[in-house]
Amino acid sequence: MMPPLNLVTQLLHVLAAGLLMISFSMLAQRRTRRLIVLLAWQGVVLTASTLLVAVTAHLQHLYYSAALTLIEKVWLMPWILLRLMRRLGIESDSDPLVNIPTLMLVGLGLVIFAFGLAQPISSLATTVTRQTLGIAMAVILLAFLMMIARHKAVTQVIGFLAMENGLFFAATSTTYGMPMVVELGIALDLLVGVFIFGIFFFQIREQFDSLDLHQLEALKED
Amino acid sequence: MHGVSALTTTTALTAVLVLVASWLLIGALGLVQSNRIGWVARTLFPLGALIALGVAGLGVVSLTTGFAAQTGVLAFGLPDMPFHVRLDALSGFFLLLLGSAGAGISIFAAGYFREGEGTAPGLLCLQYHVFLASMALVVLADDAYLFMVAWETMALSSYFLVTTQHRIPEIQRAGFLYLLMAHVGALALLLCFGVLHGGSWLMTFDSMRAATLSPAWAAAAFLLALFGFGAKAGLVPLHVWLPEAHPAAPSPVSAMMSGLMLKVAVYGMLRISFDLLHAGPWWWGMLTLAVGLGTALFGAVFAAVQTDMKRLLAYSSIENIGLIFAALGLALLCYAFDMRLLAALALAAALLHALNHALFKSLLFLATGSVLHATHERSLGKLGGLIRRMPWVATLALVGTLSLAGLPPLNGFVSEWLLLQAFLSTPSIPHAFTNMIVPLGAAVVALTAALAGYVMVKFYGVIFLGQPREPSLMQAHDAGWLERVGLAWLALGCILIGVFPQAALDAIAGVTQTLLGTTIQRGPTPWWIAPVAQAQASYNGLWLLLGMAGVIAMMFVLVRRMYHGRVRRVPPWNCGYPELTPRMQDTAEGFGQPIRHMFGPFFRIEREVPSPDDQAPRYRIQIDDRFWHGLYLPLARIVGWLADALSMLQRGRLAIYLLYSFLTLIVLLVFVL
Repeated sequence: MMPPLNLVTQLLHVLAAGLLMISFSMLAQRRTRRLIVLLAWQGVVLTASTLLVAVTAHLQHLYYSAALTLIEKVWLMPWILLRLMRRLGIESDSDPLVNIPTLMLVGLGLVIFAFGLAQPISSLATTVTRQTLGIAMAVILLAFLMMIARHKAVTQVIGFLAMENGLFFAATSTTYGMPMVVELGIALDLLVGVFIFGIFFFQIREQFDSLDLHQLEALKED
Repeated sequence: MHGVSALTTTTALTAVLVLVASWLLIGALGLVQSNRIGWVARTLFPLGALIALGVAGLGVVSLTTGFAAQTGVLAFGLPDMPFHVRLDALSGFFLLLLGSAGAGISIFAAGYFREGEGTAPGLLCLQYHVFLASMALVVLADDAYLFMVAWETMALSSYFLVTTQHRIPEIQRAGFLYLLMAHVGALALLLCFGVLHGGSWLMTFDSMRAATLSPAWAAAAFLLALFGFGAKAGLVPLHVWLPEAHPAAPSPVSAMMSGLMLKVAVYGMLRISFDLLHAGPWWWGMLTLAVGLGTALFGAVFAAVQTDMKRLLAYSSIENIGLIFAALGLALLCYAFDMRLLAALALAAALLHALNHALFKSLLFLATGSVLHATHERSLGKLGGLIRRMPWVATLALVGTLSLAGLPPLNGFVSEWLLLQAFLSTPSIPHAFTNMIVPLGAAVVALTAALAGYVMVKFYGVIFLGQPREPSLMQAHDAGWLERVGLAWLALGCILIGVFPQAALDAIAGVTQTLLGTTIQRGPTPWWIAPVAQAQASYNGLWLLLGMAGVIAMMFVLVRRMYHGRVRRVPPWNCGYPELTPRMQDTAEGFGQPIRHMFGPFFRIEREVPSPDDQAPRYRIQIDDRFWHGLYLPLARIVGWLADALSMLQRGRLAIYLLYSFLTLIVLLVFVL
C-alpha cells in the first residue's frame, strides 16, 4: 500500500498533473496563439511547483530559480513569440501530419512508457517530489511528439521550449534543481535560441514565401 | 668538447623545440607581406634553411655516444593530457636526415618559388614551414596524442602544398586521392595506438613500452602499424596516391615529400616495431621483408616505363622505400632469431639507405624542378640535350643519378652493399625454409638495383643527353645561384657519405645500440668500412674514388698528350641517311620497351597502333597500374553503392528527421530500462 501523502506532496502531484494536461492540450491545439498561451501557462505551473519545493525544502537557490522561470518562461518568451507571430502574420496552423485523435492515442502510449521508465529511477530518489519524474519525462516526450507532428516552424520552436520545460521539471523533481550556474546558462541559451529562431523564420519566409516546413524538402540533394 | 657535453645534458631537446618553433614563426612571418617574393623567398626560406642546419646539428649531438634520451613535457595539449617529447638516438638520426636534406631543399626553394603560380608565396611559406615543423614533431613525439596531432598536421600541410596549383583538375584529383589515403592510414595508426596502450589507457610511449600485450594483440598492433605507415610510405598495394601526388606538387615540395615525409613513415615503423613492441615473432620480419621486396621490384619496373620525369622519380621512390622496408624486415627477422649483429647490419642498411634516399631523391626532384622552370616541359618525349644549356644542373643531377643507380663511390652504393651483405649472411638463420627463401631476396635486391640503374640511364640520357627534341629547348637557361647552392649541398652529401661511409655508420651505431643493444663492427678508418669482419668483406670509398680519379686523369692525359690531342665537333655517323633529326633519337617509350615486354603481366596496357597505310599515323600507349583497376575501383564501387543505400535515410522532411531522433531516444531509454 502507498503511504498516506502529506499536503505538500498532494499539491505537487496536482501541479504535475496540470503540467501533463497542458502538454496534452498543446498536442491537440491548432491555433498558434493558443499554443503560446498554453506555453505561458506551463511556465506558471512550473513556477508554482518550484516555489512549493523551495518552501518545503528551505532551499534558497530555488527561489531565484522560480523567479527566473517566472520572468523568462511566463513573460519574456511568450511575449517574444507573440510579437514574432504578429510580425510574420501567422494565425493558424494547418492540420497536423497525423490526425489529432491518433496523436492523442500515441501520446497516451508515451505517458505509460514514461511512467514505466521512471519507476525504478524515482524509487532511488529521496526528494519529496520523486513521484513526479514520470510526468516530467512524459512532458518531454509529448513535446517531442508535437515537434514531429507539426508543419510550421513556429510550432516547432514552441515544442522545443516545452521540451525544456519538461527537463526543468525533471531536474527539480529528482534533485531539487540544477546548480544555479547551469540554470542561468540554460536560461540564456534558450533566449539566444529563440532569437536565432526568429531570424531564421524571417530568412525562411524570404526564401520560400512561407513558413511551412514542406518547402524545406526542396533542399534535399538527389 | 666541454660545450658539447653541456649541451647534451641539459639543452639539446629544448634547443630542438626552439628551432621547431622558429620554423613555425617563419611560416607566420610569411603572411606579413604574403605577395612580396623578395621577402618570402629571398629572406624567409634561407632562414628556414639555417634552422634546418641547426636541427641537423642537434641530431648529430644526440647521436654521439653517451647521449642519454632526454624527455620533456610541453605546456600544450588537453587538460590532463600534455604533450610529451623525447629526444633519443632514433629521433636524433631522423632529425639529422630531416635537417640535412631540408636545408638543401629550403635553399633551393628560395630560388625556385616565383610569383603568380597558384597559392600566394606567403601562404606557401606558411604551409612549407608547418610541414617541416610537423615532421620534426612527429619524430620528437613521446605520446600517441602529440604523435597523431603532428602526423595529421603533416598530412594536411602537405595536402595544401600538393594542391598549390589548385585550379588544375588533375591536381585536385591527385590531392584528394592523397588526402583519402592519408586518412585511411591515420585511422589505422589511431587503432594501432588504441591497441598499444594495453588496457592502461595511458597514451605516453613510456606506458606503451611497459605494457604487456598478448601475442595476438601485439600482432594486431604491428599489422595496423604496417598498414598505417605503409600507406604513408607507399608500400604496394597502398602506393596509388604516390605517383599522382608527388608529381603534382611543386618540385621542392615533391622533394620534401619523397625525400623526407616517406622517411618519417619509416621512423614511425621503427619506433613502433622495435621500441614500443620490442620486435616480435619471426613472421613479422618475413611479412615486412616480402612486402618490401615486392614494392621495390614493382617500383623499379614501373619507373622504367614512365614518360613523365617526375612520375618516374615517384615510382623510383616507391622502389627505394621498398628496399628500406625490406632491410627493416630483415632486421626484424634476424632479431627474432637473436642474431643481433646481423639485425644491426640490416637496420644500419635501412637507416643509411633512408638518409641516402633523402639526399639523392631530393636532389633529383629539385633538378627536375630546374628543368621544368627552364623548359616548361615535364614529358620526357619533349626534352633532351639539356647538358649543353644547363651544365650546372646537369652535372649536379649526374651525381644524384649515379647515387640512385647505386654506383660507387657514391652513397647509394654503400647502403645497397650493406643490404646485400646482410642478405648474404641469412643462410645461417636457424629456421628451416626461412634460411632457404630469404637469401633469394638478395636476388630480388640485385634485380631491383639493376633496374634502378636502367631507369637512371633513361632518366639522365633522355633529359640531358642527345639532341634537343623541341626547338624551344634552345632557349633553356641554367638554374639561378640559390638553386645551384641547394643542389650542390645535396650532391656534396651524396659524395661525402659515399667516400666516408664510416662517419655515417658511426652516427647510425647510436640507433642500433638503443634499439638492438648492439652495433656493427667499426671500420679501421673513416673511409673504410667492414661491417662484419674485415676478412669477410670491406669497402673503401676513398681508395675507390682516388683510383677512379686516377684512371680518368690518366685517360685524359693519354688522349690529350699521346693521341692527336685535337677536339673535333662533327655530326655523328648517320648510316647514310640524308639527314638526322632529333626525333630519330631513342625515346623514353622506346628505351622502356624491353622492360614493358619482359614484365608485361605487371601492366595494364592500352595501345593504339596505326595501320600501315595510315596517312597521319599516331601511336598511343597508356600503361596503368593493375591495382587501380583490380582493387581500388571495385572498392570505390562498393563504397558508392553503400552510400547510395544509406542515402535512403535522407528524405528531406523535417518531421522524419525528428522522428529519427525520437525513435533513437525511445530505443535508448528502453535499453536503460
